[in-house]
Amino acid sequence: MEQEVKELTPWEKVQISRHPQRPLTIDYIENLFEDFVELHGDRLYGDDPALIGGIGIFRDQGVVIIGHNKGKNVKENVSRNFGMPHPEGYRKALRLMRLAERWHLPVISFIDTPGAYPGIGAEERGQAEAIGRNILEAFEIRTPILVVVIGEGGSGGALGIGVGDRILMLENAIYSVISPEGCAAIIWKDSKQAERAASALKLTAQDLLRFNIIDEIIPEPPGGAHNDINATIKAVEESIARNLEMICSKDLDSLLEERYQKVRRIGIFEEKLVPKAGVEPARSPSST
Amino acid sequence: MHISDWFSRKPKYAVLKPEKKEIPEGLWTRCPKCLEILYNKELERNLKVCSKCGYHFKLGAWERIYQIVDDKEFYELDGNLESVDALPFNDGIYLDKLRESKEGTGLNEAIVTGRGKIEGFDVFLGVFDFGFIGGSMASVVGEKVTRLFEYGTRDGLPVIIVTATGGARMYEGMLSLMQMAKTNAALSRYRKKGGLFISVLSDPSTAGVMASFASQGDVIIAEPGALIGFAGPRVIEQTIKQKLPEGFQSSEFVFQHGMVDMIVERSKLKSTIGRIIRIWNKRLKN
Repeated sequence: MEQEVKELTPWEKVQISRHPQRPLTIDYIENLFEDFVELHGDRLYGDDPALIGGIGIFRDQGVVIIGHNKGKNVKENVSRNFGMPHPEGYRKALRLMRLAERWHLPVISFIDTPGAYPGIGAEERGQAEAIGRNILEAFEIRTPILVVVIGEGGSGGALGIGVGDRILMLENAIYSVISPEGCAAIIWKDSKQAERAASALKLTAQDLLRFNIIDEIIPEPPGGAHNDINATIKAVEESIARNLEMICSKDLDSLLEERYQKVRRIGIFEEKLVPKAGVEPARSPSST
Repeated sequence: MHISDWFSRKPKYAVLKPEKKEIPEGLWTRCPKCLEILYNKELERNLKVCSKCGYHFKLGAWERIYQIVDDKEFYELDGNLESVDALPFNDGIYLDKLRESKEGTGLNEAIVTGRGKIEGFDVFLGVFDFGFIGGSMASVVGEKVTRLFEYGTRDGLPVIIVTATGGARMYEGMLSLMQMAKTNAALSRYRKKGGLFISVLSDPSTAGVMASFASQGDVIIAEPGALIGFAGPRVIEQTIKQKLPEGFQSSEFVFQHGMVDMIVERSKLKSTIGRIIRIWNKRLKN
């Protein structure tokens, strides 16, 4: 407590994670990968510009890259739907993960979305099914998967491309089960209580490291990634290189076992002792 | 009615209450869809389906269990798991919610899981209760579902889960979200062993639970008239700034869009599950 370093509040981090000048998936793609070739379409319905995918080279290693694709300005954001994918985005991501498995390329996934898009077409084409399937099949993909949360980790829409062997997170990125605004609207019937909700939800990288939901925090320049984009990209590159090497050196069976065990352990609850071991007889409903 | 009618009518009543007809508590229930007043005992006998319009009332977890297991015999598993305020979430709001829900439902958590028989077949069965914080999934629900798939994998038995849920529970933050990954990880192993997972979607089944195991059933059955989808209708309306068409995200809608295998009335649910298990049981054994 001697050093008077001002900690950013969770709500300030929410603002920084959504900052218009914050580096986006496309910035990392441009700066970290050689020969990026974008691949389009889910082969089922369409191509989703809110989720970008392709192949490239990271430090002499071929990789498959997927990521939420926010825009830098209003025009870009409108065409990319503010980084909120439709089912075809998730299905494209799954297609590319399967490609990575066949070609034996590691996958690098960049998370930066307010959430999966809540709209008519998204429901008609099975948004829940698309996300659910991606989460399920991610545990079967026999190739290393590295996940980097670079901005907003918006709930199921983030987790749809968020299962992997190592989960890295930028210092001021957030990852949450619900947006602070949405949470505040439900609990306090007032989205202006979002600041309070941001603290309650424990959505910062520091919180999530404590809960073993992420594996590593990537430091940001003072005040946030937008203050020094090059330094941020450098830090992300260093972290990706180190973690990629770590997971690529493991044999696939133990990699998949660890991928499983890591999420298997998540959850905090009390397991009360029962008087008799084994099954418990049926209880009648307490009502009526 | 004209005032003179008062005098011509007989028999005459001294007092006329201006309010709506009161429904005596515990005897009658009004159908929220067709407004028919239903005699509770008869409603019970009809598996809580309106005899006039076919509206399927929400069921408590134990009501559902007793409707589908043989001889009302069911062995609860992992009923000793208790939620804690792990984050903790803002000044004990969560603990209050848990207390209210426990008192209101008589349950420990939003799902009851265990083992029983359906049409003579041993199964692992999990049933959500919407009355418990909106049937939401957090650490305990995620753990119970995960274990259910693990028991199914271990014993080579079918797993049946009936959902009634609004998704991941925000009071446990990211711990809740990650239950989507945990349950699906266990489901993935169960599938690898050739397990049969029947997902039964009752009203409502949305968000985080739908975007994990519930949408990934080998066979997906919807109850008539349920709300099924990813985002809630109000969120969609706010996003697209227009009213949603009638029947959007209904069972019938998701059936039309290929998201569920069948819509099954409550009276046929048990026999339908039984028929599917019977076929699965007759698979090649090598």
